[in-house]
Amino acid sequence: MQIKTIFAGFGGQGVLMMGYTFAVAAMREDKIVTYLPSYGAEVRGGTANCTVAISDEEIASPIASSPEFIVVMNKPSLHSFQNKVQTGGILFLNSTLIDEDPSRGDIESIAIDAGDMAEGIGDARTANLIMLGAFIKKTNLVNIDAAIGGLGDIFEGKKKVIEMNSNALTIGYDSLK
Amino acid sequence: MKKVYSRPKYLKKVPMHYCPGCGHSIVAKLITELVEEMDIADRTICIPPAGCAVLLYNYFDFDCVESAHGRGGAIATAMKRVLPDRVIFTYQGDGDLAAIGTAETIHAANRGERFTTIFINNAVYGMTGGQMAPTTLFNQKTTTSQFGREMRRDGAPIKMSEMLATLDEGVAYIERTTVIDVPSIKKTKKAIKKAFQIQMDDIGFSLVEVLSPCPTNWKMNPLQSCKWIDEDMTKVFPLGVIKDITENKKVKEAVNAD
Amino acid sequence: MRGNTVVGEAAIRAGCTCYFGYPITPQNELPEYMSRRLTEIEDGIFIQSESEISAINMVLGASVAGARVMTSSSSPGISLKQEGISFLCGDELPAVIVNMVRGGPGLGNISPAQSDYFQSTRGGGHGDYRTVVLAPASCQEMADLTMEAFDISDYYRNPVLILADGMLGQMMEPVTFENYKPRELPKKDYIIDGAKGRPSRFVRSLILNTKDMEEHNWKLMRKYKMITKNEIKCDEFMMDDAKIAVVAYGTAARIAKGAVKRARKEGLKVGLIRPITLWPYPSEVIKKWARSVSLFVVFEMSAGQMIEDVELSLKGSSEVYFYGRPGGVIPTPMELVKIISSQYYQKGF
Ligand code: SF4
Repeated sequence: MQIKTIFAGFGGQGVLMMGYTFAVAAMREDKIVTYLPSYGAEVRGGTANCTVAISDEEIASPIASSPEFIVVMNKPSLHSFQNKVQTGGILFLNSTLIDEDPSRGDIESIAIDAGDMAEGIGDARTANLIMLGAFIKKTNLVNIDAAIGGLGDIFEGKKKVIEMNSNALTIGYDSLK
Repeated sequence: MKKVYSRPKYLKKVPMHYCPGCGHSIVAKLITELVEEMDIADRTICIPPAGCAVLLYNYFDFDCVESAHGRGGAIATAMKRVLPDRVIFTYQGDGDLAAIGTAETIHAANRGERFTTIFINNAVYGMTGGQMAPTTLFNQKTTTSQFGREMRRDGAPIKMSEMLATLDEGVAYIERTTVIDVPSIKKTKKAIKKAFQIQMDDIGFSLVEVLSPCPTNWKMNPLQSCKWIDEDMTKVFPLGVIKDITENKKVKEAVNAD
Repeated sequence: MRGNTVVGEAAIRAGCTCYFGYPITPQNELPEYMSRRLTEIEDGIFIQSESEISAINMVLGASVAGARVMTSSSSPGISLKQEGISFLCGDELPAVIVNMVRGGPGLGNISPAQSDYFQSTRGGGHGDYRTVVLAPASCQEMADLTMEAFDISDYYRNPVLILADGMLGQMMEPVTFENYKPRELPKKDYIIDGAKGRPSRFVRSLILNTKDMEEHNWKLMRKYKMITKNEIKCDEFMMDDAKIAVVAYGTAARIAKGAVKRARKEGLKVGLIRPITLWPYPSEVIKKWARSVSLFVVFEMSAGQMIEDVELSLKGSSEVYFYGRPGGVIPTPMELVKIISSQYYQKGF
């Protein structure tokens, strides 16, 4: 099994953190993982994305030309990435900022009102992890506890940040049945 | 009979390749005398340049590291950081220091690297055969400014010492001297001693610029060369202390001890 | 850990105490990491130099003073360092130099590329010399090869180049630093640290007497022969019954491995030869397989550079086909699978 996901949005939405948290969670479950962020001039234009591949065996290329899943946080990302997701794949979109449906009929799309939910818990910046929580629930690629545990590694010592973000993860996770 | 003069201990017994009347040989001798007097031969490291002085390591009986043209400042920086208690100096000509190695020089000085630079300014590229140097004077004829240096084509003679003196506290001491007569040679020696002392006392970057005759490429005899330095060169490059932040007594005492 | 920081941590664990460099994408995480780590350790020295040229000469200074030292850059910056690398070789000084290759020529772009192969393997500066070139294909290999690079470099007193790219530099994979087995190394009896209790000495590459200069060159060549004898590394994958061998290194080899696996699923007898040392080149490995392989497909993220080494190894004894994407394009495994299968059926295997 090898699954690739692209996380995309604009800079400041915590897109890289979303992918990174997912990658760390997968590592905690002893999966083989690659995490590849966009870099350099690419990220200067305000867009950011990263690709996470998880697998049971060696990952040939960390790049995803046709990923199983795509998570988009804003409209420009929807437009640039929706054609990449493979047939039968799933597109997760942040419906707070994206008021249109994907133009493809051969994929499933899941809308999560992550921006509003984040406002609801008092920190708009946690939309990324709410999104990730929902993503984890739907895909079941990693256990939600691994992701929450991963936050502990990532924000070592910063108790408040860990709390805020695990809360967001859980809310996102519980928002889908 | 009392011996009043002998060959400096750390000057190797080999004939020098410098032309007669060249300032390099005088400065080389001064350095070896100082290394002996200051008793630092076992911790002195010289970084010779590319140019006429490239073979300095054949004359100095202490450690030397060759540098690529202009890169002395970078090499000395790293060596001094790795070996902070050694006395490290670069020996550089005008082409080396003020043209191809300008960046290395300025930035090492600006970081206040604790090494000394001995800057031999003879207003010409010596080893390559007398081409125009960054310090060539206006109207001075060289093989690449055959009708004399002119502003619009060649720019002005660059005053590195004055430029470096504008840098902040990293630069501790800069003096311009020459080696055209006994008093000026003595002054040069004292300046180099002070520069060494400043790095040993961990104060900052130090540089001694020596206006040095190159009779061969100036197409003058040694006497005419000295006169030219005295009358023409010093007008553009005035002698004296250009910067000195050492109120440090220890330095003063050590330097004035003789 | 990200590839770039993996290299940094590996260097530190291998005893590197000095880093000099100038910022350039896509390797900035490495100097950033070193600036922090080298401040933490005693005797650590980090300088952000004023230029690449200055950086490589600082490397020379630290190396001649006896320290383990590293610099890193990306293609245009490595071009600037070439004079210094030539001096390091002439002076016979160790150093580890990392090139996170980007698309070129000129400013090019910052995407992963393999277009600096010639520059790296032929000795990119002036003079008759070689640098050892290591090409990792994963974060783990970045760790292992970086640590080994310091030992190789010290052992032979010659710079070692680590050739990777932005993708390997940015990518994150789990890594262990435990694989490193330090080599036994000769004492550094050449360093310049002041003539205390010994005769004075100097380090230089200037040898005006042509006879002596020639002998110095032959001495270097003897050393390079030794390196060629001892240090070649190459990975072989599914080669046993292969009719087509893909030859690729670094990022391209990762992609090629994916392609080979897929082609195997379709029943095609395809294998992968992955040179890990680009210089010295694993010519013998290529030659060995020429007996059973009918076609070598050289796959590079360049317009075709390593292909010359493959052809030199084979000396016309087997057919060679080239597929490459220059300019920072990252080919997909499927692209390569198509090439492989069309060749496979054309040749009637
Ligand atoms: S060319 Fe000039 S600087 Fe060089 S050795 Fe002769 S006199 Fe001295």
